[in-house]
Amino acid sequence: MRYLPLTEPDRQAMLARIGAGSIDDLFVDVPQEARREGLVDLPTRQGELEVERFLGAMAAKNTPAGSVPFFVGGGAYKHHVPATVDHLIQRSEFLTAYTPYQPEISQGTLQYLFEFQTQVAMLTGMDVANASMYDGSTACGEAVLMAHRITRKKKAVLSGSLHPHYRAVVENLSDFAGYEIDPGAPVFDGTEDIIARIDDETSCVVVQNPDFFGNVRDLRAIADAAHAKKALLIVAFTEVVSLGLVTPPGDMGADIVVGEGQSIGNALNFGGPYVGLFAAKQKYVRQMPGRLCGETVDAEGKRGFVLTLSTREQHIRREKATSNICTNSGLCCLAFTIHLSLLGEEGFGRLARINHANAVKLADQLDTIEGVDVVTPTFFNEFTIRTSKNARDLIDEMADKGVLAGVRVSRLWPGEDSLDDLVAVASTEVNTDADRAAFAAALKEVLS
Amino acid sequence: MSGMNKQGRPTGVGELGDAGRKTFTGNRGLAQEELLIFERDSGACGVDLDEPNAFEDRLGGNRRKGSVGLPGLSEPDVMRHYVRLSQKNYAIDAGLYPLGSCTMKHNPRLNEKIARLPGFADVHPLQPTKTAQGALELIELVAHWLKVLTGMPAVAMSPKAGAHGELCGMMAIHAALEARGEGDTRTRVLVPESAHGTNPATAALLGYTVDSIPATEDGRVDVAAFKAKLGPDVAAIMLTNPNTCGLFEKDIKEIADALHDVGGYFYCDGANFNAIVGRVRPGDLGVDAMHINLHKTFSTPHGGGGPGAGPVVLSDALAPFAPLPWIIERNGRLKFADVPEQVEEVGGSSFGRMTAFHGQMGMFLRAAAYMLSHGSDGLRQAAEDAVLSANYVLASLKDTMSAPFEGPCMHEALFDDAFLKDTGVETLDFAKAMIDEGYHPMTMYFPLVVHGAMLVEPTESESKASLDLFIDTLADLAKSAKQGEVDRFSGAPYLAPMRRLDETQAARKPVLTWSPPAPAQAAE
Repeated sequence: MRYLPLTEPDRQAMLARIGAGSIDDLFVDVPQEARREGLVDLPTRQGELEVERFLGAMAAKNTPAGSVPFFVGGGAYKHHVPATVDHLIQRSEFLTAYTPYQPEISQGTLQYLFEFQTQVAMLTGMDVANASMYDGSTACGEAVLMAHRITRKKKAVLSGSLHPHYRAVVENLSDFAGYEIDPGAPVFDGTEDIIARIDDETSCVVVQNPDFFGNVRDLRAIADAAHAKKALLIVAFTEVVSLGLVTPPGDMGADIVVGEGQSIGNALNFGGPYVGLFAAKQKYVRQMPGRLCGETVDAEGKRGFVLTLSTREQHIRREKATSNICTNSGLCCLAFTIHLSLLGEEGFGRLARINHANAVKLADQLDTIEGVDVVTPTFFNEFTIRTSKNARDLIDEMADKGVLAGVRVSRLWPGEDSLDDLVAVASTEVNTDADRAAFAAALKEVLS
Repeated sequence: MSGMNKQGRPTGVGELGDAGRKTFTGNRGLAQEELLIFERDSGACGVDLDEPNAFEDRLGGNRRKGSVGLPGLSEPDVMRHYVRLSQKNYAIDAGLYPLGSCTMKHNPRLNEKIARLPGFADVHPLQPTKTAQGALELIELVAHWLKVLTGMPAVAMSPKAGAHGELCGMMAIHAALEARGEGDTRTRVLVPESAHGTNPATAALLGYTVDSIPATEDGRVDVAAFKAKLGPDVAAIMLTNPNTCGLFEKDIKEIADALHDVGGYFYCDGANFNAIVGRVRPGDLGVDAMHINLHKTFSTPHGGGGPGAGPVVLSDALAPFAPLPWIIERNGRLKFADVPEQVEEVGGSSFGRMTAFHGQMGMFLRAAAYMLSHGSDGLRQAAEDAVLSANYVLASLKDTMSAPFEGPCMHEALFDDAFLKDTGVETLDFAKAMIDEGYHPMTMYFPLVVHGAMLVEPTESESKASLDLFIDTLADLAKSAKQGEVDRFSGAPYLAPMRRLDETQAARKPVLTWSPPAPAQAAE
């Protein structure tokens, strides 16, 4: 087997040193009835060529986003990632290192984590950020638990226009931990009145901006209302590129900000791995979940970085930890931080403007088609349309015409009849005029 | 041509001088100093994007005012920054990385190639499933291998990492207890003293009281003490097997049976499954739920701390409660059951959703490439080689260093600090001296049940020559400590990119983000 360096004579010599007659002698502690003599019922070893051929055939059954006019969003977005990013994250020293437990020989990882934390704090307009969570949805769940620890209250008020998967994660954690949630009904046009639901029992208000349907809102009144009831404002986002153009949550009074960072540096990957962003006000840092990297000096006074405030974490605090999380999205946050470094101030802002411009062009184009209404008055790079056809059939028929047109809203809100004819449409820098023309043409045909 | 240097390029070795000399740049040959990216701002840009034509925005007045503060660098400067940073990291590709409990094995690059095929990497989680049948098949393929290897009937694929998998398994247990009407009465979870910290943290997150079980002299669960703790309020045990001392829990069947007799469930922490793949099926040991760290057993790269993936295999008793989404077949096509109602149609009663979308697809792909490459025979051989290598290290060093427990061990060799008694050298110093010898230290001070623990996991990826040099190095260090050569340890590492870092200062006054220098200082 090509990955195993020991030869048969090596194995014999090693057994002799150990004083064992055979490998079976090393498994004597396994109860007799659980020892398996033969091989399990699975295929035997294969060469690289065979494995590549087999999995390549499986890959060929899928339609990659880059091969068709593509407008699917709903929490994951197709963006262009510079070649430099994927080259760098595959360097052995990044790819095959572990958690930086020995800082003297892990400064590469530690320094990029410190830079990542700084970038996330800058983007969100917050004081501090952690070294990442699994993804946006789990970051959102952890943010609610953190708010409960800070306020010592137990009820989360969720915007009805929060991504349904994010809501489901919060709901699930809350159910098991015995906390209350007020989930709210979906409102697709940005007119949701969440303030009316905030009361004295409210620990936190969770609002997504831009929301699932695409609406961009001013959250300051919600922040004020929450703070008046001694509740925290948690702002979530699923499209981090929006922060290049939209007022950051920190400037709207957010106490905790969570979001999905996939758009920067990371491929779609059919849903994972992604990178959860988590930022907060300085005063809450000791209640934050997850890894934190901090600056210090070494024995010679030279600046360096270490994992810090680990007294919050499970390996020290065990059952009293702020979270059970034991990892971060290491390599995905490296991809994020490299891509953002390439973009810089100028590139990041411009990327956001291109995304918005493309979405505006597409929305205007679709709005002229008979049977199509754009129902989100404000948006960044994703908006929602209502069509005269059931969305399930529409998406299906568009796919048959070679256009992946968007997310059928009822896929995420089954049972909400009022949403059956809605489609969320995303447009990023990858979409060309030809893509938009293909979308419009296919849509006209499907609706005629 | 008379001015030509006929002597040519000198080929001698030069003068022997001070190897510790200071340099003007602070660089030391190939070891380059590197500023923070924010301190390298040149106002350049590393991408070429065209500004869109003027248009009226649709932001409803919520347009960002002011800059983000990001530095601007060209592509070559970005490249150099990260390459220099990478050179400050130790990595399994560069040397033996014996970090016990973490399984730093070889990461085949075929796995990376497969994960980047556009037919997988460039597929959106919400595009119509009829355009992603290959992606669903891949998830089913990995699920099948996991079920066969563990001898378990079901697997939940969505958990994002090991600790997330623990949470998943314990949620399934809680849901099953609720379905039995015992959700409120079974409030206690038994966790051995030697457990990973994630176990008690997970149980506590779900509101359980954590009850610690002591270990015996031979490094295993004290069965008598365990049985004494059993009662109608016990929800589950969370037990790692092979355990964190690197030993197989001999009495595991007896533990499982006794627990099941009182109505509790057996959560097995599968962090160490890599030691027994192909030789032992957890399903034959009475396990109800077990997470599998794909980065340990199936070689997905550790990536500096993630991303992980933690699928959870489930027994028949727990399978109906598995988290959303499920993959189901309809009219010869695979699709997701995304909401509880769809799962109920196939007889399930899912406890809910743990994450957006459907799990760590990129990690499933790497694991699939690893599984197919090894096959049933190669996986079994890998487990055997891992166990053989650990026993070889233990047998070679148990008299030079000191081992708290008799062998045979499984895939990890555990040492304590008895051999360092009265030498003035502690476990931490010993580990830091290994850095100067070119090794990443083993796991230190874990498990907690052993004094000054040093947990060595060589994995199956080392040749005999590599193991021999490692053994000789540790023997030399042990001898040196016993001979009173404290200097070799107390200031170590001397030869790494950094000397020891002040972790106390970092925690006392946390500096977690970079701030621009104050204007007065900047003007200096």
